[in-house]
Amino acid sequence: MTATELTRRRLIGTALAAPLVLGRPAAAASGARVAVVGAGFAGASCARALRRIAPEIAVTLIEPEARIVTCPFSNLVIAGMAEIGSVSHGLDGLRAAGIEVIEDRAVGADPAGRTLALAGGGQVGFDRLVVAPGIDLRFDAIEGYDEAASAIMPHAWKAGAQTLILRDRLEAMPDGGTVAIVVPANPYRCPPGPYERASLIAHYLKARKPRSKLLVIDGKDSFSKQGLFLDGWAELYGPLVEWIPVSQAGSLLAVDPAKGEIVTEFSRFVADVANIIPPQRAGALAHTLGLAGEGGWCSVDPVSFESILVPGVHVLGDAIVAGAMPKSGFAASSQGKACAHALVALLGGQGPQAPSFINTCYSLVGPEYGISVADVFRVGGSGKIEAVEGAGGTSPRGAAPEVRRDEARYARGWYASITTDIWG
Amino acid sequence: MLGLVLTSLALPAGAELARGDMLAGSCAACHGPEGRSPGEIPAIAGIAPEDMARLLGAYRSGALEGTVMNRIARGFTDDEIAAIAAHFAALR
Repeated sequence: MTATELTRRRLIGTALAAPLVLGRPAAAASGARVAVVGAGFAGASCARALRRIAPEIAVTLIEPEARIVTCPFSNLVIAGMAEIGSVSHGLDGLRAAGIEVIEDRAVGADPAGRTLALAGGGQVGFDRLVVAPGIDLRFDAIEGYDEAASAIMPHAWKAGAQTLILRDRLEAMPDGGTVAIVVPANPYRCPPGPYERASLIAHYLKARKPRSKLLVIDGKDSFSKQGLFLDGWAELYGPLVEWIPVSQAGSLLAVDPAKGEIVTEFSRFVADVANIIPPQRAGALAHTLGLAGEGGWCSVDPVSFESILVPGVHVLGDAIVAGAMPKSGFAASSQGKACAHALVALLGGQGPQAPSFINTCYSLVGPEYGISVADVFRVGGSGKIEAVEGAGGTSPRGAAPEVRRDEARYARGWYASITTDIWG
Repeated sequence: MLGLVLTSLALPAGAELARGDMLAGSCAACHGPEGRSPGEIPAIAGIAPEDMARLLGAYRSGALEGTVMNRIARGFTDDEIAAIAAHFAALR
């Protein structure tokens, strides 16, 4: 070891000798209470990070579901490659992390009086409120597509019972049938999700019902990881999959579940199994609390995630407009952690430091064929979250099969890691 | 490398560790809670800070070829890499 290395080691050793006590006035935050609504990727990440970095802050997490069923990897359940239990996560890990978990639904809040009202009649007090309400599906956007229609033409865009309806309908379909996936225009939850779903349904059909056909009826002319998906479909599934861009068939106008009809501006399709992914907006609580603006999404300060409409209330995840960040589970978790740091600073009477975020989205084109998009984000000069220039991008096109196999393995590794990190 | 570490030490140790924790927050999504991976992606807890800084630098320059890590490393400065390296070394 050279003298320089010795010096360096000593310097680092000194810096690390202190335990992981963070730079904040602990006394100022002591006794503070944060209430978090929603135990999905964003809310649970925020609650857990708060406990980890500022154990003197009391954290209450409100979630009506006893188990969180994740949209990521639910496409494997639809394609018969995984059981629903493998994408379901209980809340005991969060309780063990010192979070008070209340299984109830938040129905209102008084931001000035700092109380949250629960459906069961209870109230939760807070100094800061975090709302991670996810999305609501718009059952008013497509003629004929209401909640009752979704029992026959499932959206499967909130995982759980809907996931199983789509799986069961695929299983019941005879060979030679037509499956249609209808994809909305931007913005919506999980931009590459519909195309991963198409891939894995194609995988299922090719193996089990090879005379069948899969139509992807898109509300757009381009999509996330498009070149990689189209290459992969051509390579693995050939003419079984047909992507129909909006310039070809036009926008979706109406559906008729009884007849299996899908009507667009320029075409009419009949499907044996129809998966309608409708337009979306921020989850219901965002609207109840007056957090959502025009278009149905929530605008927030990009450093603290505090609502620009309701002071003292922070909004996270798929419900927000987050500049260049997509509506993904990874992005939501990254936001949840950054928000936790901002909350600790704010409750300690300090300004939050500038955050940095990552998003990596893996998609399975086949069981052994993975692709990814990764980006690093910061708050740019525009005051919005921007992708860092020169960084990020997608997997290379034309890569060797080993690269696709590695990324399929890493996709599974990502799911194991992020779900352990959040709910484990 | 020495300059890199000295820069990161210019901030008070507590604030610097908070910054490392914030920057490293997203790493856990792939590499597991506090860098302890339960699955197929390599664990990164306890990597010596100089090794971590060298690894991330090599991913950033392209000297080392990964899948997503080249794309991610290019989004961080020397100073930030030092803060991330210090964070994971502390989780030994």
